[in-house]
Amino acid sequence: MNTGPALVSILRQGDTLVASVNGALDDSEMHRFQVDLVQQIGDYRARGVIIDVAALDVLDSFGSRTLRGIAEMARLRGAVTVVVGIQPDVAYAMVRLGMDMGSIATALDLEEGLAHLARLRDHPRGASRGGR
Amino acid sequence: MSDLDTDSYPEHGLTLAGEQLLPQLVAHLREHRAKLRDEWSSRIREAHLLEAMTPQEMANETTSVYDNYVEVLETGSVEALQHYARDLSERIIPRGVETHEVVGIVLLLRDVLARSLFEKYQDDFALLNEVLDAYEPAANRIANTVAVSFVDERERVIRQQQDAIRELSTPVLPVRERLLILPIIGVLDSDRAKQLTEQLLTGIRTHRAKVVVMDITGAPDVDETVANHLVQTVDASRLMGASVIITGLSPTIAQTLVTIGVDLSKMNTIGDLQGGLEEAERLLGYRTTRTEVADES
Repeated sequence: MNTGPALVSILRQGDTLVASVNGALDDSEMHRFQVDLVQQIGDYRARGVIIDVAALDVLDSFGSRTLRGIAEMARLRGAVTVVVGIQPDVAYAMVRLGMDMGSIATALDLEEGLAHLARLRDHPRGASRGGR
Repeated sequence: MSDLDTDSYPEHGLTLAGEQLLPQLVAHLREHRAKLRDEWSSRIREAHLLEAMTPQEMANETTSVYDNYVEVLETGSVEALQHYARDLSERIIPRGVETHEVVGIVLLLRDVLARSLFEKYQDDFALLNEVLDAYEPAANRIANTVAVSFVDERERVIRQQQDAIRELSTPVLPVRERLLILPIIGVLDSDRAKQLTEQLLTGIRTHRAKVVVMDITGAPDVDETVANHLVQTVDASRLMGASVIITGLSPTIAQTLVTIGVDLSKMNTIGDLQGGLEEAERLLGYRTTRTEVADES
């Protein structure tokens, strides 16, 4: 288990957790991020999670699978996940390599992600995917 | 230049180097400029070359080409000619002058001048030989320079046009806040499709778009690769938080998409651009109402 300084800062904003990935994560750091986040969702009784990947210029298949895993775990713990800030190059590379975000909502940036979560809170059933 | 001149170098002619003969033949060509130029012009007319030009233009251009030609023979430097040839090409390419015409007229001039040299030096075969030794390499170099300049210029024009087409071909247009339109007109090949994706994704970022209407009314057909590319573009846009509405799918394209088994469930398609815009406005929460306009007349 990686014990160095965390490369992902997880901030609490009301009932939302904002996790900013500050740089490229290796596999063990990714795993640590997952453990930390799932733990904190319970600690803070978070209803929404925003994962900001704007600093990443590469997202490999392990990374995107882990993000999907985190979203699924978060859902089981009662929180909705939105991935924000995917760069144009990253988005293009991901679809070229056949990776996707599964059922996770995505949004342009933090602001959009927060707006999406707010809509979900207001209309639990009405809101659709992140893009809408 | 008369027979006297030629006769005065009976033996020297064999030892005279090219650089001494050239001034002599340059002087000869200058002296008979008008006659040779007219002869050349009539040969051009007979060969039906440069018919895109008016007689007046022909006269001007042939004079310039003739003078440039003689100057190159005199100085041995093709730079001025190169410059002139480029300039000329720039003017005549848009009028549909073909490569063979340009090469043709230069070769005609070369022949006309060679013929006049034959005539002048016919009495002294050895001297004629030397004159031709001096003349031919220079003349060939000129023909070569003109042809290359013309082709270079044409390629430059083609490259420039390709760049222009590439720039114009995929405009990403913001129509409302957070709404982009991407009209696709003309044949989509893989290169264009790739460029389109890049421009769209960057456009989504810069305009903070939430909805993109991609209108492919103007695209006649797409092949499998491009169809898959469109689907990837839609997916990539979604990853960036924008949803894509595709409008104007032609019957052929619709068939292609179904035949190659593209997952169409993720694609939001609407018949025409108007419908697409209405749907986009709905997604963005706009409500368009029409108010009564006072009749001006």
